[in-house]
Amino acid sequence: MNKIAVKVDDLTVAYNYKPVLWDIDLKIPEGVLMAIVGPNGAGKSTLIKSILGILKPIAGSVSIYGKPYEKQRQLVAYVPQKGSVDWDFPTTALDVVMMGTYGSLGWIKRPGQKEKKAALEALEKVGMLAFKNRQISQLSGGQQQRIFLARALVQNASIYFMDEPFQGVDATTEIAIINILKELRKAGKTVIVVHHDLQTVPEYFDWVTFLNVKKIATGPVRDIFNDDNLTKTYGINYQVSIQE
Amino acid sequence: MTNKTNNDCKSKNLATTKTMDITKYIELVFTDYTLRTITLGTAILGAVTGMLGSFAVLRKQSLLGDAISHAALPGIAIAFLITGAKDSNTLLIGALISGLIGTFWIRGIVTKTHLKSDTALGLILSLFFGFGMLLLTFIQKQPNANQAGLDKYLFGQAATLVESDVWLMAIITGICLIVMLTFWKEFKILLFDADYTKTLGFNTKFIDILITTFIVLAIVLGLQTVGVVLMSAMLLAPAAAARQWTNSLSVMVVLAALFGAFSGVFGTAISASQDNLSTGPVIVLVAGVFVVFSFIFSPNRGLLFKQIRFIKNRRDLELHKTLAFMHHIAETHEDISHPHAVKLLNNFQGYTRSTLQKLVDKNYVQLHGNMWSLTKTGFEVASNLYTKQSTEDE
Repeated sequence: MNKIAVKVDDLTVAYNYKPVLWDIDLKIPEGVLMAIVGPNGAGKSTLIKSILGILKPIAGSVSIYGKPYEKQRQLVAYVPQKGSVDWDFPTTALDVVMMGTYGSLGWIKRPGQKEKKAALEALEKVGMLAFKNRQISQLSGGQQQRIFLARALVQNASIYFMDEPFQGVDATTEIAIINILKELRKAGKTVIVVHHDLQTVPEYFDWVTFLNVKKIATGPVRDIFNDDNLTKTYGINYQVSIQE
Repeated sequence: MTNKTNNDCKSKNLATTKTMDITKYIELVFTDYTLRTITLGTAILGAVTGMLGSFAVLRKQSLLGDAISHAALPGIAIAFLITGAKDSNTLLIGALISGLIGTFWIRGIVTKTHLKSDTALGLILSLFFGFGMLLLTFIQKQPNANQAGLDKYLFGQAATLVESDVWLMAIITGICLIVMLTFWKEFKILLFDADYTKTLGFNTKFIDILITTFIVLAIVLGLQTVGVVLMSAMLLAPAAAARQWTNSLSVMVVLAALFGAFSGVFGTAISASQDNLSTGPVIVLVAGVFVVFSFIFSPNRGLLFKQIRFIKNRRDLELHKTLAFMHHIAETHEDISHPHAVKLLNNFQGYTRSTLQKLVDKNYVQLHGNMWSLTKTGFEVASNLYTKQSTEDE
């Protein structure tokens, strides 16, 4: 764990006047499964979106394995919040997963058999192969989340950014998703997850970043996931005890 | 003026068509120059607006079309004031420029201010339209014999279409088709998930501008035929109708193009055979019929079949509830087929005579006079009701 996968320097982002992120410095080592935690409006999604170039920061820079993000896109995959798209869009589950191959295809070139095969494999990994021809509006929330995950898996990236992948999914799906994330980590990938449920942080993740506009702390869960940091981040005494 | 002779020609021909039958009309479409031009023009227009309208509808930019068409009006007036000529191509270039300005102002307002897009659309729509109307009244007061007829652009007049207009439409539709097929993948992913598209390294701004520019082009093309006020219906109606029939984007675009084209052809036919009806509104109304028909009769999303499915589900549930109630009673006896009085069921709300008969038909229940008893299958079905949720899918 000595290589740095993602490095963020002096990142400041603002909508209108008030900064949403203030002067964030962050080093994420390769191979960690990291949670970004913080209260609503702490800038968790914004942080991911700015790293991925979806939002334009006021200041600061991001590098992926030492090079600017624009040159390293193929190493990075993104799972947006489920609610960010219209699930009544006329397309099938397989089609959405295929979109994960568009980046490596580049402009104009259409996906072929190879891409279809990759998409089917990803669908199988998330346990959704039986639903491949389903209209996406007819999928449950948990199934939609799995489709999004499969779309990112198809990209076969080294670093995965996920925006609240556990939001609105049932216990079965949550376990299925976390198992896939742990598999990714085992394969040496870096996984960064915006997470809300503090209770599950010690169980799911090995690395954590506390965020509330400023970065409060970042490091291994066993070292820094404590009441002190939680209080600093959430402002009240949280008292989450770590079960070993 | 070619327009004028066309007008005369049209009324002459169509005066005789008042009471003509369909085959004769179809024959006339192929032989009569004016009618052929108008039919082709409205068909092509319907196809291209339907196609692009699908994108507008899926981007939730339905009102954009309305704003663009209204924003085009001052462009038409200014083009006339500058050139002093009523040549349709010149006026349409004016319309295109002011339509594009309106569109990019809307985008600017949305990105640079706190205003939401509906406010921005409404603002640009009414400001540009108001300014356009002002210019039109100003032009009407000018001592220029040529000025009459500019207000045709408000509601359109298909009769003014000439062959060169149709060629222009065909060429732009062709270009639009080529671009759409080339960038199909990019269009699709941008429509579904713009942020994600950006992370894959696509220039989303470029794709966005490409789509928007073609929507503006299609609208400007239609102004002469359908007019500023009704143009957005050409964009939305075929797409909204097409969405009802399919869950595939490509099928939706093709269907929308077909619906649009048929609206054009039927609309022209109706207005041509009923001498005084103006073509634009009739085309829009025909497109509206497509929408209403689709909303009611499409198999998956249509209201009719939804209602039928709803009633059927309800009946199934009633049936299941009755069966479950019987199961409850039967459970208390050692012999599951022990007969009970039908009267017992009267205590149960969902019970009717016909549900009982249906259960008999399904061989879940046996009737002996005033007594009923559960069969073995009936008992098994009842005890397994709704405990198999996970296998329900596929």
